[in-house]
Amino acid sequence: MHIPDGFVSVPVNAATYGISLAVCGVAVLRGRKKLQDQQVPVLAVTAAFIFAAQMLNFPVAGGTSGHFLGAMLAAILLGPLNGLLVMTVVLAIQALVFADGGLTALGSNIFNMGVVAGIVSYAIYWTLKFLLPKTRGGFLAAAALASWFSIVLAAGACAVELAISGTSPLLVALAAMVGIHALIGVGEAMITVAVLSVVLASRADLITTSKLARSYSLAGQV
Amino acid sequence: MIMNRSLLIFIMAALAISLLLAILVSPWACSAPDGLEKVAEDKGFAGKAAEEPFWNASLMPDYNLTKAQNEAFGTAFAGFVGTGLVFITALVLAKLIARGHKGSLR
Repeated sequence: MHIPDGFVSVPVNAATYGISLAVCGVAVLRGRKKLQDQQVPVLAVTAAFIFAAQMLNFPVAGGTSGHFLGAMLAAILLGPLNGLLVMTVVLAIQALVFADGGLTALGSNIFNMGVVAGIVSYAIYWTLKFLLPKTRGGFLAAAALASWFSIVLAAGACAVELAISGTSPLLVALAAMVGIHALIGVGEAMITVAVLSVVLASRADLITTSKLARSYSLAGQV
Repeated sequence: MIMNRSLLIFIMAALAISLLLAILVSPWACSAPDGLEKVAEDKGFAGKAAEEPFWNASLMPDYNLTKAQNEAFGTAFAGFVGTGLVFITALVLAKLIARGHKGSLR
């Protein structure tokens, strides 16, 4: 759902650039205090994996394709603010080097796929993690549901931007975007769970947002 | 940077998997329009996309080499360069950010 130049109006892009830059600023400031040395290479390789996985479009219904987004995966692995930095690096390089997403729309793309899909949706992960059993299954279920919501919410935000810009009526854009991304979100949930399962089995301590994962890792390594 | 052997192996393995996906699998990715492109076509606003992107200095637009003879090679090459570039950029950014608290800790 990388928005090209021309779909979103100047005022909407100005607003989303402003919000995205402000939240990125908060992420950098917090990182200066909290980013652990061990997280530095993990952040880099998460960004590299997300870039690569985003190239792998899979078919969904009706002549449409979708691809992994990764915002929730990055948020779960590194925390929501570090996850936003991951998404911002990926989206900026996609726009500048590969013309995937317009540079004028980069603020909107970071807002949708970084702030909404990573930080706003993280509240869903946090709530589910609180409500569900504190087990491996509960953790993965929270990750699956939150990553599905991250895609649907990002698609919804994109539809609202298109509507405010006068590109498409709100209900038309919202129904179409949410409808197709409800399917793409199933792929997102499956890939997120698959990757988290691998990390859980190899270096569970790297999942900074789950205490369960840390105890699981200790138990597993004894 | 504190980097024990187990972490180094994890990072290298994850980077290798990412590069392999980008180089070997991406040329076979589904080329149908993505969610937003399809909605834009169906709802009649695809034409609103700018003819020429605002930033037209992209080296590999649409993940391809403009002069590549072979499209699969172009995509694989774009995948390799992009994955490497993202890794290095994110690594440098994260190192610069993490440096912020080094003084107070050591």
